Amino acid sequence: MNIVVCVKQVPDTNEVKIDPVKGTLIRDGVPSIINPDDKNAIEEALRLKDKHGANVTVITMGPPQAEVALKEAIAMGADDAILISDRAFAGSDTLATSRTLAGAITKLDFDIVMAGRQAIDGDTAQVGPGIAESLNLPQVTYVENVEFDGKNLKIRKALEDGYEVLEVQTPCLLTAIDSLNEPRYMQMKNIFTAYDKEVIMWNASDIDVNPEHLGLKGSPTKVKKTWTKETKGSGEIVELPAKEAAAVAISKLKEKHYI
Amino acid sequence: MNINEYNGVWVYAEQRDGELQKIGLELLGKAREIADGINEELTAVLLGNNMDDTAKELLAYGADKVIYVEDEKLTHFTTDAFTEAICSLVESEKPGMMLVGATYLGRDLGPRIAARIGTGLTADCTALATEEETGHLMMTRPAFGGNLMATIMCTEHRPQMATVRPGVFDMIAKDESRVDASKIDKRTTTFSDTVDRIKVIEVVKELKDTVDLTEAEFIVSGGRGVGSAENFKQLEELAHALGGTVSGSRATIDNGWLAHDLQVGQTGKTVRPLVYVACGISGAIQHLAGMQDSDYIIAINKDADAPIHGVADLSLVGDLNKLVPEFTAQLRAMNK
Repeated sequence: MNIVVCVKQVPDTNEVKIDPVKGTLIRDGVPSIINPDDKNAIEEALRLKDKHGANVTVITMGPPQAEVALKEAIAMGADDAILISDRAFAGSDTLATSRTLAGAITKLDFDIVMAGRQAIDGDTAQVGPGIAESLNLPQVTYVENVEFDGKNLKIRKALEDGYEVLEVQTPCLLTAIDSLNEPRYMQMKNIFTAYDKEVIMWNASDIDVNPEHLGLKGSPTKVKKTWTKETKGSGEIVELPAKEAAAVAISKLKEKHYI
Repeated sequence: MNINEYNGVWVYAEQRDGELQKIGLELLGKAREIADGINEELTAVLLGNNMDDTAKELLAYGADKVIYVEDEKLTHFTTDAFTEAICSLVESEKPGMMLVGATYLGRDLGPRIAARIGTGLTADCTALATEEETGHLMMTRPAFGGNLMATIMCTEHRPQMATVRPGVFDMIAKDESRVDASKIDKRTTTFSDTVDRIKVIEVVKELKDTVDLTEAEFIVSGGRGVGSAENFKQLEELAHALGGTVSGSRATIDNGWLAHDLQVGQTGKTVRPLVYVACGISGAIQHLAGMQDSDYIIAINKDADAPIHGVADLSLVGDLNKLVPEFTAQLRAMNK
């Protein structure tokens, strides 16, 4: 079995701070990590490999430094890694990104394509379904359990108010959520492999995609403007013993007719 | 693509196993305003089986017309069947905009439709407006875990698509006099073989004894500062005294103090209650993204410098273990 896992290197948004003077994001010194949901996707691929035998290829689209994320995936146990990187990809929205990744995946043998549900820097959850569409694959998003009988997959998909169990043929695309599994740490023996293993580098000419669909030109959505959100400013601050403080709160709620 | 051929505002009216979801009505509320602003027709799109009454309801909540596609294969949601049915409607009717709920279902369906048509989709919008001169849709959403807001436009492709999370927009009052059976365009559709690629074996509804957070008028929310699952009981008592419910920041969910569906914030729910009481919540930007539009915010925190105070209308600085029980006791005394 061949499994391709799509990953993204993202800034750890928990560490992103706002410059209080300029009102801009401070990205310097913010660590880059493998997107958390993508780690669950890698883990599930590795579990299928442990149980049924599989070749696991991780793939990412990004700048050259995204190689670090791929090395980490190899150290977790992935077999191969591909970095697709090209200036022509700059400005890609989710549609262009999914078409670019699909253009690379289509060059590979695969039974299952896995991705994280969404990346923490964009939170769109659109690239997984976009890849599935480009490759004409059935998709299951919000995957919280995977069973494989050697031929078909039985997938448990989370819903707001429960779950559904689906039977899916391969090839297919699955997107992982954090309740799917607990990602393993890098393995000592694999860390050495990761050092030696060459990450395969592809550019736009190595993948099967219409050049019109790449980058800014291939992106139907454009960012018109960005800004950091202003907080509305502090209200009244009360620092009193509990009894009096609670009385203030209650009088405010009464005054505004909430209670 | 000649974008001038495309006009009208569409709302996807989400149903789950025959039950219309509130998000569709919220979208109709906002879409009504947008459609009136650009003088275009508002259409609700409903896919299902035996749902004629629901189609009428959509008119009562603001739609000018309803396209209702009926088929047995549309009883329960599957990505393939629903994508095919909607894409064939888009091809023949050419809508200018389409709004979809950012629910588990909508976030599965929306990107698949957009990718098939080759148009843009903006996820999880918190504001929608049209550009004055052009009428293009301006879609505003948070990014970087809520650290950054961005306005996105899709000027050269149609339909302009957006998903919106539940609880962001208000539905308009139901008006039965709007219901006119001739405004319901009931249709059938055909499917390719690909709609059988996934078989639904089982659908399990888990009964949850908690109220829907997005509907709650009073929310008492806890953060890391609550300290333990045990301490959450004090918050529950306060919530009870207020006639509301509890929720938590990501930390409390990660620590296992509260169930997943009670998380408020960028990766959880967006809430807009009348009163939000934040206890022991420092106010990480991810959390603020999910609650700062609450009507009245009370922060209870021992740290006077915690960012939560920046969005609070009233800050009680002190020990929540003293303040919360006192608050509860005084409310109870008042209610007697």
